[in-house]
Amino acid sequence: MNAPVSTPGLLYEGADWDFSTLMRIHDACEEVAVRDLGLDFYPNRIEIISAEQMLDAYASTGLPLFYRHWSFGKQFAQHEALYRKGLRGLAYEIVINSDPCLSYVMEENTATLQALVIAHAAFGHNHFFKNNRIFREWTDAKGILDYLEFAKGYIAECEDKYGEIAVERVLDSAHALMNYGVHRHHRRTIDLRSEEQRVRERRAHDERMYNVLWSTLPERASQAIGADEVEKRRAMLQLPQENVLYFLEKSAPRLAPWQREVIRIVRNVAQYFHPQRQTKMMNEGCATYVHHRILNTLHAEGRLSDGALLEALHSHTSVIMQPDFDDPRYSGINPYALGFAMMEDIERICREPTEEDREWFPDFAGSGDPMPTLRYGWSEFRDESFILQFLSPHLMRKMKFFHLKDDAAQPVLRVDAMHDERGYRRLRRALAKQYDPAWMDPDIQVVDVDLSGDRRLILEHRVQDGRLLEEQEARQVLRHLANLWSYDVLLREVDPATGASLREHAVSPPR
Amino acid sequence: MQILDRRLNPSGRSLPNRQRFLRRAKSLVQEAVRDASAKRDIRSADEGGEVSIPLHGIREPSFHHGSGGMRDHVLPGNKEYREGDEIQRPQGGGGGGGSEGSPEGGGEDAFRFVLTREEFLSLFLDDLELPDLAKRRLVEGADPAWHRAGYSVAGTPSNLSLARTMRNSLSRRIALKRPKPEAVAALEAEIAELEGQPGSEERIAALKAELAVQLKRSQRIPWIDPIDVRYRRFEPVPRPVARAVMFCLMDVSGSMTEDMKDLAKRFYTLLYIFLQRRYKHVDIVFIRHTHEAAEVDEQTFFHSRETGGTLVSTALEEMRKVVADRYPPTDWNIYAAQASDGDNAAGDSQRTARLLIDEVLPACQYYAYIEVGRDGEHGMPGFPRGPTDLWRTYEQLVSAGAPMAMKKVRNRRDIFPVFRELFAKRGLLEEAKA
Repeated sequence: MNAPVSTPGLLYEGADWDFSTLMRIHDACEEVAVRDLGLDFYPNRIEIISAEQMLDAYASTGLPLFYRHWSFGKQFAQHEALYRKGLRGLAYEIVINSDPCLSYVMEENTATLQALVIAHAAFGHNHFFKNNRIFREWTDAKGILDYLEFAKGYIAECEDKYGEIAVERVLDSAHALMNYGVHRHHRRTIDLRSEEQRVRERRAHDERMYNVLWSTLPERASQAIGADEVEKRRAMLQLPQENVLYFLEKSAPRLAPWQREVIRIVRNVAQYFHPQRQTKMMNEGCATYVHHRILNTLHAEGRLSDGALLEALHSHTSVIMQPDFDDPRYSGINPYALGFAMMEDIERICREPTEEDREWFPDFAGSGDPMPTLRYGWSEFRDESFILQFLSPHLMRKMKFFHLKDDAAQPVLRVDAMHDERGYRRLRRALAKQYDPAWMDPDIQVVDVDLSGDRRLILEHRVQDGRLLEEQEARQVLRHLANLWSYDVLLREVDPATGASLREHAVSPPR
Repeated sequence: MQILDRRLNPSGRSLPNRQRFLRRAKSLVQEAVRDASAKRDIRSADEGGEVSIPLHGIREPSFHHGSGGMRDHVLPGNKEYREGDEIQRPQGGGGGGGSEGSPEGGGEDAFRFVLTREEFLSLFLDDLELPDLAKRRLVEGADPAWHRAGYSVAGTPSNLSLARTMRNSLSRRIALKRPKPEAVAALEAEIAELEGQPGSEERIAALKAELAVQLKRSQRIPWIDPIDVRYRRFEPVPRPVARAVMFCLMDVSGSMTEDMKDLAKRFYTLLYIFLQRRYKHVDIVFIRHTHEAAEVDEQTFFHSRETGGTLVSTALEEMRKVVADRYPPTDWNIYAAQASDGDNAAGDSQRTARLLIDEVLPACQYYAYIEVGRDGEHGMPGFPRGPTDLWRTYEQLVSAGAPMAMKKVRNRRDIFPVFRELFAKRGLLEEAKA
């Protein structure tokens, strides 16, 4: 090998970096991101952290400041044990959906890795956070850091006042229901910044309000209540309610104000993460595509050396590796792989469409520059709808997708569709469904409260395709739910077609 | 765009979470620590290390679908399948249907992580204590407790008593007739009002003179004077401390094999770690004996070799001497642990018993005897080996009600359980027996 010759155009040479190197890399990436890709992003803040701090960040779901709970300690211990043994590496970066956008990069990264990470997180993810519709509507990037600060302080204060154990009981129960702490369908404007003031206003309001649950009128026989009354009661309690935590926060009869607030904090955090679950594949695809484009452009302009590009490509290819289903390494579809493949495929359709592409995607096939199409896709879709809209037959063939139907009643699995003319649409629908949280999570709602009787809370699981709940864990979660509700809880698993009850779980609160 | 260097931020941000986790999983971790410590060397017991606890105890449950019903899988990498093909259901979840990820990550049933030395020891020694630590005395040099004791004129700003200072200031101002600001303002207002009115020059002059006096007075008499300032005073109150001494008596005579000495030393190492960690005011006296006994330092006790005959009474005699010299039983809680293979010179048993009963035991809160033996030692065929001389001697004492405990240790594995039994908290031990 020749000794590296200092070349004037290069951003950096070798593996070492300092702050001015990072600054140059950032500025060069920004130039390409704005000029060539037309990205629109929050201002960046890049923070350099050590491996231990990265483990810390892992343990608190990637958030820079988070309230205290034993489960985060458990995750830390688990990650640490794996990391120390060398069984698992650490992520190169973590990025936070906030304004300014925070990217954590590891000090061990080489200069090339830092360039990759900056292009990936500080521009790719950043653009996605700022522009994607779900993020715009459901999260408040400006307020999140302040809110987390408030949440951390509030929970620490509660621990001081009521004891760690008491707070932990509420948090444990709320965490068990975290997936049911999200409004999925009707949107609300989120403004986390004024949460703190609203805490006080809410309490004052609640005290003035008459709580139907505390009605102590003489009991009437249950059958005397007409259907009318049931409807009225359900309307009053805003039932049915898919957001179980919201319902508990508002209506659980025996919670102290601070317990309601803790539930609210868990709910707000769940809501903040909800868009990430729905857009994981696109988000990673967008970031991966962006870093790929930026680094290649920088190389073409002579600002990145050949060696650096090869190093970046090495990391890039291992990130987008997709093992086949029968490979021992297979653990589901790699969101980086599918995401990046889809973005590249859209680029191909825009630049060099085939006849098939023109037929499937008349809107943008052959449009030339892929960026307008991609930016539109990144801003208006989520994983499920993005696949329905943009997954092409070409890519289905390339990934060799096939659709297996697994009916527990049958002795064998059946190949329902594959990557051929007859299968494309069915295959695409089936794949999209896998990315729909509404389909993947059991559909559970609060449907009623037995107000005239023992205040029993009644929930319903609308069973889809005969998939019942895992019984033991369901009972554990219900115990947590009963703990918050303070009275009996009943979960009915119901066949939505016939309304027949398939199975029931009844749990009483701990005495 | 900003670049921040966070590497210098204090580390251990997750420590509170870790402590909460350990508290939460305490009974599980403690069990794991016991299991781990039974398997390992005592020296490494002092180092912490990896433990494994069952996952189900610390699970975070959530609703998810169980098995059964209809499922769809879209999988990549089709090789030979055609639409309508039927595939045998793979056993054990591997292969074709394996796109289901368990939420806990791979469905492990055990959870492994690393404990630090501190955590390991505190969990290991958690429910151990010296029995009957009753005699408390005021000791010089022990940390005193600080109590509030009135006010003083000197102190640090953080101890400034604002209320008391302002009270002094107020009474001084009243006593010295410092004009109130309102009085001065009233004068000034009156002057301003009269100003320019005919025939009021005299009155104005008088008022002005008055005002000048008042102003001068308020300048001379400060709002807060150094003599007003008071600080909260704290007084050290000596705390009674339980002082304790542990005598470690070890037989190093020729009849003790290297294995036995090793066992005895391991036992004392554990005892040493326990005392060092749990009791600040514990002295440890090391005595080893062959046919003669000597007090030695820690280093010699644990590391040097010596051999000779066996006279157990010499060790007790030495201990008696040390107690008489330095540890008056009225002031000290005295403990002793003796390790031996149970051999004693013929004719010494009587003397040993007498010394123990008359001199040593009355001074002691607790006396533990550990008899070490070889693993699997059942005696030679035809020579059934009964209890040793010393064991028989001590057994008589115990049955006569002497405050001592006896245990046999045959194997490294026994050391931890025996140690735990000897020093378990009384309440716990009785519960366990009940």
